[in-house]
Amino acid sequence: MSTPASKIPPALPLATEQLDALTALGKSMRPEALLWSSGYLAGLAAATGSAVTAPDAPAATQTESDAQLTILYGSQTGNGQRLAEELAVQAAQRSVSARIVNMADYRAQEIKKETAVALIVSTHGEGDPPDDAEALYEYLHSDRAPKLASLNYTVLALGDSSYAQFCQTGIDFDERLAELGASRLHNRVDCDTDYAAAAEAWADATLTAANEHLGASSVRSVPTLHAVQSARYTAEHPLAAEVIVNQKITGRASTKDVRHVEFDLSGSGLEYQPGDALGVVVANPPVLVDEFCDVLSLDRDIDVDGTSLATLLSERFEITVASRAFVERYAELAGSDGLKALLADDAREQLVAYIADRQIIDIVREHPSSPDAARFVECLRPLKPRLYSIASSPLVSEDEVAVTVAAVRYEAFGRPHWGAASTHLADRTDVGDVLSVYVEANPRFRLPEDPAAAVIMIGPGTGVAPFRAFLEHRDATGASGKNWLFFGDRNSREDFLYQLDWARYRKRGLLTNMDVAFSRDQADKVYVQDRLREHAAELFAWLEEGAHIYVCGDASQMAPDVHEALLDVIAAGLGKGRDAAEDYLKTLRRAGRYQRDVY
Amino acid sequence: MSDKKPLSDVERIKTESRQLRGTLSDSLVDRLTGAIAADDTQLSKFHGIYQQDDRDLRAERRKQMLEPAFSFMIRARIPGGRMTPDQWLAFDAIGREYANDSVRVTTRQAIQFHGVIKRELKTTMQAINASLLDTLAACGDVNRNVMAPANPALSPVHDAVQAAAKSLSDHLCPRTGAYHEVWLDGEKLDVGGEEVEPIYGKTYLPRKFKTGFVIPPDNDVDVYSQDLGFVAVVEDDQLAGFNVLVGGGMGMSHGEPATYPRLASTIGFCKPNAVNAVAEAVVTTQRDFGDRTNRKHARLKYTIDTHGVDWFRDQVNERLPTPLAPPRDVLFTHTGDRYGWHQSRDGSWNHTFFIENGRIRDTEDRALMTAFRTLAEQGIGEFILTPNQNVILAGLTDAERDAADALIEQYKLGSDSVSALRGASIACVGFPTCGLAMAESERYMPELVTHVDALLAKHGIADVPIVARMTGCPNGCARPYLAEIGLVGKAPGRYNLLLGAAFNGERMNRLYRENIDEAEILATLDALLGDFARERAAAEHFGDFLIRTGVIAYVGASDNFHVAAA
Ligand code: SRM
Ligand SMILES: Cc1cc2nc3c(=O)[nH]c(=O)nc-3n(C[C@H](O)[C@H](O)[C@H](O)COP(=O)(O)OP(=O)(O)OC[C@H]3O[C@@H](n4cnc5c(N)ncnc54)[C@H](O)[C@@H]3O)c2cc1C
Ligand SMILES: Cc1cc2nc3c(=O)[nH]c(=O)nc-3n(C[C@H](O)[C@H](O)[C@H](O)COP(=O)(O)O)c2cc1C
Ligand code: SF4
Repeated sequence: MSTPASKIPPALPLATEQLDALTALGKSMRPEALLWSSGYLAGLAAATGSAVTAPDAPAATQTESDAQLTILYGSQTGNGQRLAEELAVQAAQRSVSARIVNMADYRAQEIKKETAVALIVSTHGEGDPPDDAEALYEYLHSDRAPKLASLNYTVLALGDSSYAQFCQTGIDFDERLAELGASRLHNRVDCDTDYAAAAEAWADATLTAANEHLGASSVRSVPTLHAVQSARYTAEHPLAAEVIVNQKITGRASTKDVRHVEFDLSGSGLEYQPGDALGVVVANPPVLVDEFCDVLSLDRDIDVDGTSLATLLSERFEITVASRAFVERYAELAGSDGLKALLADDAREQLVAYIADRQIIDIVREHPSSPDAARFVECLRPLKPRLYSIASSPLVSEDEVAVTVAAVRYEAFGRPHWGAASTHLADRTDVGDVLSVYVEANPRFRLPEDPAAAVIMIGPGTGVAPFRAFLEHRDATGASGKNWLFFGDRNSREDFLYQLDWARYRKRGLLTNMDVAFSRDQADKVYVQDRLREHAAELFAWLEEGAHIYVCGDASQMAPDVHEALLDVIAAGLGKGRDAAEDYLKTLRRAGRYQRDVY
Repeated sequence: MSDKKPLSDVERIKTESRQLRGTLSDSLVDRLTGAIAADDTQLSKFHGIYQQDDRDLRAERRKQMLEPAFSFMIRARIPGGRMTPDQWLAFDAIGREYANDSVRVTTRQAIQFHGVIKRELKTTMQAINASLLDTLAACGDVNRNVMAPANPALSPVHDAVQAAAKSLSDHLCPRTGAYHEVWLDGEKLDVGGEEVEPIYGKTYLPRKFKTGFVIPPDNDVDVYSQDLGFVAVVEDDQLAGFNVLVGGGMGMSHGEPATYPRLASTIGFCKPNAVNAVAEAVVTTQRDFGDRTNRKHARLKYTIDTHGVDWFRDQVNERLPTPLAPPRDVLFTHTGDRYGWHQSRDGSWNHTFFIENGRIRDTEDRALMTAFRTLAEQGIGEFILTPNQNVILAGLTDAERDAADALIEQYKLGSDSVSALRGASIACVGFPTCGLAMAESERYMPELVTHVDALLAKHGIADVPIVARMTGCPNGCARPYLAEIGLVGKAPGRYNLLLGAAFNGERMNRLYRENIDEAEILATLDALLGDFARERAAAEHFGDFLIRTGVIAYVGASDNFHVAAA
């Protein structure tokens, strides 16, 4: 975890000449190189055993008084953090006095003192702020929020236009700061998943504006080292890993196809912790690629600057998940008034619903066109790797990493539909195949540092995956804390994921409690949140004893329902109202005792 | 007695069970598994329930990290196999609603349900109870379902014998309240409260115990295979009493000569009103002297062979007000059912239906389950389950017979097309439900019979009835050691072939070929059936022929079963 700003050591832990050398070196390097070396240094530090508690903002301490640019980021899966760090690096290069702070470590009241803020924030859940941004977000939206007349700011909003509430959190911050009287350094930029170019332009504009505003400062500012992953493998530079297990773990009569997939890591040095996710680079379903070529009446072998259309569609671009971005671009290309109508401001709702129900192919079928291949490809977003919660502990399976994948297959508009990654793994991956993977660290989903702390895990469906890793880990480390697992799915006989593991842990006493809810075992549907309420008293007792709560799985239905149930449980336990319960849960979250990994 | 050796673990479970309660109620509500606690799987048997799992899916589910596909077999207790049409309808509904869309007529005139899942177990048990039948003591170390002659048309004393069977069944039924407590939400036995089992005592019997009544010359219940047999002695159409037989049993284990099937020994004769007393004397003797240290040596047959038949007779006589009289002469002619219509002396009609291996379910080519449901819906007569896994509809008036005939026509229930061999054959359940099966049985026997029928036809003896029985393991649930052609499962696709038993169930067969596959079974039978066809004496049965011609060495009734054939 990161080091709170309050814990910053008074002075730089570097000799001046070291600092000069480092700065010189820094200036000579491109951002990627800098990032890499920062990771490298962090790695070194870790290797030499000295914990990397490098300051969040070394320069900050010296310039707290001076006007400077504060780079505030709220990031869940690391993109925003990386961009913030790049910005800090560039600031250093352009001698813009800047400090970089994770919103989680930021004292909200400080905002009053700021003159220039570059705010980078992503949107998660269903248009929610990342966990780290929540406190600041709430503070600013509360009526305790101060007037910010002297603040200049700009927002980089990260998002994904396939989600209903595209970049919502960034939008909220932007609008709220304006309401509070702050003025924009320059306009907000909303980024889709292909954010590189847009983000770079924004960064550049930001530094230029900041420069004018603050005036070049003599103060050296060094990019933070904090929390830069010393990951050797990234989405850009993944590991080629062999699949050693690909096993269906739902029963014959199950309505679902869930796979347990293991990759061989031996010799790779790829490291992960329980709570992390595995990024998997995949290709689209060949049948779907053909379908596109058909529908667009394009030859699959057409060359689009050096690459065949078929290859582009299968390996480079998203052709499943529809997005606002696609609708916008395709509406133009196809000259479809129907689509354009959906893009009108007053049609927001319809557009959201429209996108939610459709994959790209459905949109193209509804609004046919026979475009030029290159132009069509321009409508698409780059194919991004998919994340899967890691279901194994490195302590138990050193040289393997396991994930749990639910194959997405469904009928819609009278045709079969497929998820790109899940069916790539379920249908088009055999043992022995090699896929590109990397670890997406998730420092916000970690077992308690205290092995004696009790753990409550709520993970229906594939949401149970990380808890298999958690339990393996607690077993291997002999953690003495109690463990309570809540699992749910459709049918106990067919869908009891990892049933034999739980049975073993239960026998051994590792799994102190386990409660299950199988929605289709009986006439009336039962879900994990019902089990939570059934055990309210005991659950609350656990919380009072300091238990940590973890929730993983479906973001749209389950997570909110479970949240509600937890509020009921706590309200009952406190014998107080909902507000008290919300405060209680908030405190848990702040203390890192209520962590969620929902998707 | 072997007091030195430690008691078998099941004895501990029984002792700690608070008269068969154990932790069954907790096991039922444990949502984390489709199974019940290990100890409870022993106790549930006393309640008529066996935990099983779908063996076709075992390996696959292990890979899927799922527990075995657990389900439960429920066996009803139906003395003499008598059911009213309403009870039939109730069982039919249960079979479709909670079980695997079938009901299974057993070799002891009972009905089994397969594939009942844990969370529906209680509801199913309550549905059975609502039909005024129960499953208490259908399994377990107690007296099991009491058998009685099936076909009412064959004897004037039929009803008297059935009455005796029913009365004995009630007399030997456990008294524990556990059954009502666990399944019917009867009120709990206050903790520490002790129930008395007047006959069985705290730990019941050392092992299962089976009783059967029979009326010569028909030996449909295979009386020589019963722990306790009552052979009706009829004098001018009156029931004079019964010969008392003890120590029969089929079960054995491959490669363990200390285990063996045994024909019951006749120890005397008793009056009809003494039946319950005699049975109680036999049961309590076994209770007190049976081997509780070794489940494989605990049946009555071993107790008797350990102490001797005379010793046993004395023990029984000591427990009786009047000792047993000397046995009377009896004559048996055959063990099979007589298909089609028969008329009783009171003029009522009954029809015996052939049901292959007792499995009643609807298939593409035959709506058997529907057919019997429709028959039952007529509300006429009484259903009687036979020891050969068949069903009799009995007690019909002429008019009712016509009604039934129409349905028999409509649903092709007639047995004319059934070959003599098929009609005289039975097979145990075996895969996929039976946890002890080593080879297919119920699912394979029909096919094998077709092949053997072809051989019989080739040799021109298709009309000669031959008793053929198959079991998936040596436990002998289809009484294979009393079959002229016995096939006992050894491994998937492989069987021991046993030959030479008597057509009337008085002589066991002998091992002829070990661990052979279908091809070898057929080749072996082809040769022997060829000889039989050529050299058969008038009306001679296949088993008798093999003895006469010395193919099977036979050295008397009480010899060692494991003495191999010459
Ligand atoms: C259903 C039935 C066979 C059938 O196709 O009809 C049957 C089925 C089973 N028998 Fe049996 N036995 C059945 C009649 C018999 C008979 C024949 C008889 O009683 O006339 C015998 C041979 C006579 C005897 O008891 O010696 C028989 C000797 C056994 C044995 C061996 C007992 C022994 O002491 O040697 C076992 C295994 C055991 O008890 O350890 C056994 C065990 C079983 C079990 C419960 C397997 C188990 O213990 O897990 C089988 C359940 C299979 C399933 O999936 O349904 N079954 N079993 C018969 C039910 C009768 C009833 O309604 O009560
Ligand atoms: C941190 C994190 C952890 C995750 N962990 C796991 C995990 O452990 N296991 C796991 O299986 N997944 C996990 N996921 C989800 C996973 O990353 C993928 O999103 C998922 O596998 C679907 O990807 P796909 O490429 O197969 O489908 P895509 O190619 O992304 O296509 C899915 C498309 O189909 C649509 N769609 C899907 N189902 C339906 C339906 N029934 N009706 C209509 N439209 C539908 C969707 O709207 C979407 O447009 C995780 C995600 C995150 C962010
Ligand atoms: C579970 C999940 C939910 C998301 N929900 C939204 C959303 O509601 N709206 C949106 O615009 N983007 C959404 N996104 C996309 C992220 O904002 C996008 O991936 C961003 O690049 C993440 O930046 P970060 O790594 O700094 O958190 C979601 C992403 C995930 C993994
Ligand atoms: S004989 Fe063996 S296989 Fe057949 S039912 Fe009995 S125990 Fe099962």
